[in-house]
Amino acid sequence: MVEQKKCQVLVVGAGPGGYVAAIRAGQLGLSTIIVEAEKAGGTCLIRGCIPSKAMIHAAHKMHDLAKMATEGGHMGISIPGPAELNMSELVAWKDGIVGRLNKGVENLLKKAGAELINGWANFIDAKTCKVATESGDIFIQAENVILANGSIPTELPFMKYGGDVISSRHALDLQEIPNNLVVVGGGYIGLELGIAFAHLGSNVTVLEAMDTVLPIFDRELRRPVELNLKRLGIKVLTGVFAKGVDKDGNALYAPKDDQEKVQTIEADKVLVTVGRRPNNQGWGLAEMGVKSNEHGFVIVDERCATNMRGVYCIGDLAERGAMLAHNASSQGEMVAEVIAGEIRAWDPVAVPAIVFTEPEIIEVGLSPEAAKAAGHPVITGKFPLAANGRALTMEAEKTGGFIRVVAREDDHRILGVQAVGSNVSELSGEFTLAIEMGALLEDIAGTIHAHPTMTESFHEAVLATLGHAIHIT
Amino acid sequence: MGIYAFKMPDIGEGVVEGEVVAWHVEIGATVKEDDPILDVMTDKATVTIPSPVDGVVRTRKGNVGDILAVGHICISFDIDGDGNSSEEETPEPESEVKKKAAKKPKVEVKEPKPEVVEKASGARPLASPAVRKRANEAGIDLASVNGSGPAGRITQSDLDSWKDAGSPVAAAGPSRSALSGTTEVPVIGLRRKIAEQMHKSYSKIAHFSYFEEIDVTNLENLRQHLNANRSEGAPKLSYLPFIMQALVKGLAERPECNAHYDDERQVVIRHSAINLGIATQTERGLYVPVVKNVEAMDLWQCASEMQRVTDAAKDGSAALDLLSGSTFTITSLGRLGGLGATPIINHPEVGILGIHNAADSAVVRDGNIVIRRMMRVSSSWDHRVVDGFDGAMLVQILKKYLEHPATIFM
Repeated sequence: MVEQKKCQVLVVGAGPGGYVAAIRAGQLGLSTIIVEAEKAGGTCLIRGCIPSKAMIHAAHKMHDLAKMATEGGHMGISIPGPAELNMSELVAWKDGIVGRLNKGVENLLKKAGAELINGWANFIDAKTCKVATESGDIFIQAENVILANGSIPTELPFMKYGGDVISSRHALDLQEIPNNLVVVGGGYIGLELGIAFAHLGSNVTVLEAMDTVLPIFDRELRRPVELNLKRLGIKVLTGVFAKGVDKDGNALYAPKDDQEKVQTIEADKVLVTVGRRPNNQGWGLAEMGVKSNEHGFVIVDERCATNMRGVYCIGDLAERGAMLAHNASSQGEMVAEVIAGEIRAWDPVAVPAIVFTEPEIIEVGLSPEAAKAAGHPVITGKFPLAANGRALTMEAEKTGGFIRVVAREDDHRILGVQAVGSNVSELSGEFTLAIEMGALLEDIAGTIHAHPTMTESFHEAVLATLGHAIHIT
Repeated sequence: MGIYAFKMPDIGEGVVEGEVVAWHVEIGATVKEDDPILDVMTDKATVTIPSPVDGVVRTRKGNVGDILAVGHICISFDIDGDGNSSEEETPEPESEVKKKAAKKPKVEVKEPKPEVVEKASGARPLASPAVRKRANEAGIDLASVNGSGPAGRITQSDLDSWKDAGSPVAAAGPSRSALSGTTEVPVIGLRRKIAEQMHKSYSKIAHFSYFEEIDVTNLENLRQHLNANRSEGAPKLSYLPFIMQALVKGLAERPECNAHYDDERQVVIRHSAINLGIATQTERGLYVPVVKNVEAMDLWQCASEMQRVTDAAKDGSAALDLLSGSTFTITSLGRLGGLGATPIINHPEVGILGIHNAADSAVVRDGNIVIRRMMRVSSSWDHRVVDGFDGAMLVQILKKYLEHPATIFM
């Protein structure tokens, strides 16, 4: 006897989009089922944002301790010998955090009245799916479906994942530190992990096909990161194509303009981080009659509704918004409310994007170039962290960071804020809030920022944009 | 150096004033003789006025939408040599420029403050997420709300006052949002002329309308035959030239229909000439170019002349005299179909004839249902001076001719 279930809302995928949608739907009194093949939490919580940040934090500690273990120590602190790394314990610590958050999500779903089914959902038509679970198949008929299937790492056909070729997910579960790590792809995932492994003691080489790493950011923002890569001894080869691995697992590459000239780099692991693509295969998307664009993203309107009535799509699988966990969550919350009959639209002015490299990069709203391209008369101002007292006490200035403000020249509305520097990620909230609230430069200038904090740097960057910063000349 | 003051010239019969449609020159601009300086719209047409001299524009009178009186100075120039004016003369009494259209000189759209409207592309209404959410729920397009905050930022209280102002608020579901806000389109230029003329016609004339159906099967056969055998360069014949020719006969029989009623003098002026206005829809609006002395034309001349005047109206090249002097008007209602209409008489004429499209219809002839080509006509008459019988008679005469087309040419 096959089990049959009916619900008002079926959510597929319990990542940051799906689980938020399910909790909100449950809060709104809708009968809700959420299906997840792995642990609740999704890429973000289980194998992405959270575990990588845990790893990065531990790597920072290791790196700091290494400084103190050198001759003469650091800040007056010295330790007698180098700190020792037990990678499997580090991974276990990280897994402990992931486990706590995973249980937390499951608990929140339960409290909200959403039923979590562990299994693989396969759609038969737009509103019906068969979920293969350990205890047999379950047929679910839903009035509304929220597709939150997410994305998966892009695989290179000539160097498929397996053995010593690893994805970001595997990199977070390594039981030993690779002596030599080659990172294919100098985007944000590759650099975050590459820097972490360099902090932990690996020799890291980054292969990037473009002329620069982090090509989505402008030169000024990239510069401090590039300098720190150098400082950490990370070798960056730009304008090269990866060419696979040899029989010993070493990485092969060739210059973009002379692809016959294949060269070898010694590698214990090759981490391929060349991007992510929508997870649109193997679960019946074609059977649903839902339309996708040419890149495989599901086409949605401003309410995240697909062409099929009652079918919504959020997060990385949807074409709307960048592949960011907070986009997915915000869309998930909105879609649940739309299904409950509320009039909503997904209309953020600014979505923060943060790269957890060392130093970190934040971009919110429009860059100076994007603002000019959009036709705005632009003024900008910049404030270096080296002029901020709190930054000095945390050595946050050592990586040469700054905060940059982009505003309209005529009415002073803030269009964008970018920052690069150690520990700047926590400042992103104020930047985003300023833009969403429609703040003018004068609004920030007139807001007292606590001393001594790094947030003063934002205040000063705004004053610099107005032409009268206090702590720089 | 002298000052040359240029008076608004007499630009056509009976024209005493014109509305400024466009200035082609700014103050300080150097112009050559015959360069276009000003477009003026009169009752009949838009006229481009050329510069009378070489010189530099010194003063200008009237903005777009203002009315300028014929014979009054509209522009002055600094010229080499002696002018025709001393500086003291150039200022004009304010009364000469009637601020007729000044109340609404521009297209006014209820939108954010001007500085917000002018924002470059990419700028959207400045409002916090809470305000945007509330506006979305209420179906309010924030682009139509005035923001009272700095840089036009829209606050919760701006939304309140917008709603209090009685703007319609969304009632529809999420997939169809109610629209709000209004767009004011000023009635100026030709539109104002049409509005004035229609109002005069409709408020003065006691209209009555009369409809008839005409069997044009024979006429169609004749038309097809003539078109198939026409000489090179001859225009293709529509129904209109036949109707115009039939009207010549009909109006001769009912002269009270080919007339102007001067209601102030209480005189009906019957015209010997048959000058047929052809109501013509153009991209700029409704024009009525006139085919004059149709009684002196044969069918082919009539077709050519009609083509010429309507083309001129359409491409804007129609001179004033082409647009005035009609004694009776024909309006073609055919292309869009329609069963009947009540056309408005072109004051001071006393009748108008509307032609609908011809189509094959099942009609009864001698107890049998047969297919005939039928055309409807809708006429209106000024009942003050044309009795029902007279108007109906004209239509019946027309019907008789058109159903037996050979008689048109006898």
